[in-house]
Amino acid sequence: MAFQIKEQGKEYDVVIVGSGAGGGMAAKTLSDAGLKIALLEAGPDFDSTDPAQRTQLRWPWESPRRGAGSTRAFGDFDMAYGGWNIEDEPYTQKDGSNFRWFRSRMLGGRTNHWGRISLRFGPLDFKRKDYDGKGDNWPISYDDVAPYYDKVDQLIGVFGTKENMPNEPDGYFLPPPKPRLHELYVRDSVLKMGIPMIPSRLSMLTKKLDDRRGPCFFCSQCSRGCMVYADFSSAYSLIQPTMTDGNIEMYLNAMVREVITDENGRATGVSYINKEDMKEYVVKGKVVVLAASAASSARILLNSKSRAHPNGLANSSNHVGRYIHDSTGSGMMALIPELMDRQRYNEDGVGGMHLYTPWWGNDQKHDGFTRGYHIEYWGGMGMPAYGFGFGMENLSRLVPRENGDNRPGGYGKRLKEDVRRFYGSTLGFAGRGESIPQYDNYCEIDPNTVDSYGIPVLRFHYKWTNDEVMQAKHMVDTFEEIIHNMGGIVLGEKPGPERQYGLTKPGEIIHEVGTTRMGNDKNTSVLNKYCQAHDVDNLFVVDGGPFVSQADKNPTWTILALSWRTSDYIVDQLKKQNI
Amino acid sequence: MDRRETLKTLVVGSFASSFVLTGCNPDHMEPGAVSEEEVNLGKDLGVDLDAPGHGYGRTPAEQARDEMLFSQTFFNDHEMATIAVLADIIIPADEVSGSATDAKVPEFIEFIVKDMPYHQIPMRGGLMWLDHESNRRFDKVFKDLNEEQQIEIVDDIAYPDDVAPEYQAGARFFSNIRNLVTTGFYTTRIGIDDLGYVGNQPNAWDGIPEEVQKKHNKFYRDEYKDRFLKPEEREEIEDWSGYEL
Repeated sequence: MAFQIKEQGKEYDVVIVGSGAGGGMAAKTLSDAGLKIALLEAGPDFDSTDPAQRTQLRWPWESPRRGAGSTRAFGDFDMAYGGWNIEDEPYTQKDGSNFRWFRSRMLGGRTNHWGRISLRFGPLDFKRKDYDGKGDNWPISYDDVAPYYDKVDQLIGVFGTKENMPNEPDGYFLPPPKPRLHELYVRDSVLKMGIPMIPSRLSMLTKKLDDRRGPCFFCSQCSRGCMVYADFSSAYSLIQPTMTDGNIEMYLNAMVREVITDENGRATGVSYINKEDMKEYVVKGKVVVLAASAASSARILLNSKSRAHPNGLANSSNHVGRYIHDSTGSGMMALIPELMDRQRYNEDGVGGMHLYTPWWGNDQKHDGFTRGYHIEYWGGMGMPAYGFGFGMENLSRLVPRENGDNRPGGYGKRLKEDVRRFYGSTLGFAGRGESIPQYDNYCEIDPNTVDSYGIPVLRFHYKWTNDEVMQAKHMVDTFEEIIHNMGGIVLGEKPGPERQYGLTKPGEIIHEVGTTRMGNDKNTSVLNKYCQAHDVDNLFVVDGGPFVSQADKNPTWTILALSWRTSDYIVDQLKKQNI
Repeated sequence: MDRRETLKTLVVGSFASSFVLTGCNPDHMEPGAVSEEEVNLGKDLGVDLDAPGHGYGRTPAEQARDEMLFSQTFFNDHEMATIAVLADIIIPADEVSGSATDAKVPEFIEFIVKDMPYHQIPMRGGLMWLDHESNRRFDKVFKDLNEEQQIEIVDDIAYPDDVAPEYQAGARFFSNIRNLVTTGFYTTRIGIDDLGYVGNQPNAWDGIPEEVQKKHNKFYRDEYKDRFLKPEEREEIEDWSGYEL
């Protein structure tokens, strides 16, 4: 080796890799127990109040490209440093796969830009195999996780309403905001179809939980990071308030390469590349907790080869990287003529939908698929950004002016009038569904490729099955019916079988989980039911990796609950001197 | 590391490679070379290159990229003048708001084609097409035609459903530049005031105004009315005692 790996003399109680939902929750819980922690994050610090980083309440003209996505996938104002493509960190594909891997390199990771949709998994979601014979059951049930969901609700905050629906458990809810006009149009349409539509469940503070975080002021910009911390980000809801206790030492811009083990195969720490000086270092700890994201944690384990673990660490089952699965997605847009020429008022609201539709079809048979999806809705008189006003000709042809003129295209005063009359009259539908985890969908180390830090990269192999395709068909058929029922017009062409009904590419919904799944059988799972590696008793994974399946619910709330549960278990096991 | 040092690292490091693809002139990649002229170009568009994070939360790598783009010039004076004429045909001043050039739309277009290089050839070629057609019909370039002559040509390419085969390329260009002019206009203060967007500020959302509910015949359902947030209670700390699941 051309350079010396620098070892820190100090040994921490716990080394945590990653500062997103799982890592932040573990850091908070373990620090509260008085443990000394090294927290490693592959990106820079992030503070939503720092003028150099703040994007909240910026106007489109403050960006020369008016917020377009030239350097950030979701636009200039989105708070994600990273994206599906990071120049220094490539990944590759196998057998024609096209898995898209989104990463955020910053304190708080992907919790800084996510939709804050905070849904508990229901009892059925842990036991789906009992229901449809596909995939596997979790080794734990809703009752094991429920007490932690309760604690997460009260610590972090989520609004919603108690609905008493069988597989959509209620929680400790703050009051939800009133819906907006377009949401009432959708509501009246879906209720007629026998489809539910209820207040959404988002982790935004409509009331205060303490004096540190302020209440929401309705700018609709949670994806930009909040100056008053009214929404959840691991950075400002978990890590920054815990830092003052002095138990956590942060390692920023630290790209972890592998877990270091001793001659007995137990974890002794991790090695990382400091992106600032491009040198490799080692941090030592009694316990190692991986929270680098499902795919990154799998990558670290697979790259941690030693004599005791020739196959990569915690991988005697050969299951590390297997069963990676993302949510499905499909969408549609509509024009509602009754929403044209609207009265103007501020309807920004919270940073997401105020109403949503949970899955309603558990008791029905469906054509070609067995698992459900929820529907997210968007629309309203939003702030313009790059792309606003594109394709006006496609709208003008749909609804004639008073004089009957609907000639698409044009210019001048007439164009300006069209922009004004159509403003706020379009809305969108997005289905987010559960896929069936597959053994043959996996990520592995590409032996031929390294990233800029010399670390071998991941190679993805992923194919949707017919279940996901047919579920997407059900989505677009349902959206079309909702739109017709509300007197709307479908915008664009409805995707058919040739486009898999608009089914998104795997990874595009950014819910990939399952790479280090938990189970009772060490031959078919990587972790036990406490997210502890079967093979290495002082190694834990607390990101989306442990998921056996992920329901149609966004994974973050379950990552938080499971991380808290695992952290309690670590404290207990250290006390009992079992690890 | 100060900003100059950061830029130097970025320029010699991995970030430099992305500029090769966008046709950047390496002479402009000298670290810290933000001239007064570039700062002023930024200010024309509402961007403050002197502010921390360029005033809109840029990372050091993103700042380096912005500065690179501001140091380049894509359109020549003739092209810029033609864009200005077209922009004001597409978005003229009316009784509600000003024109595209009032909102500095040509400057936005100059920036965006550098930011998104795939616009460059269609835009440059489209302007050439327009001058060619103007010369063919009137023996003058487009910007020197009188208004009536300009509109004669624009009418042949502005309505995509009714375009003669020989004008298809021109129509395609016109649709593109209409998109850029419209988006460039409605993302400025002038455009947003024209539109009547009144958000992007702290407020206390308390539902759809009553007269709007009545007009659209959309009302909140009784079963939810008492469960929604009461904005006056936002500052209270939630008390979970007595909360039952």
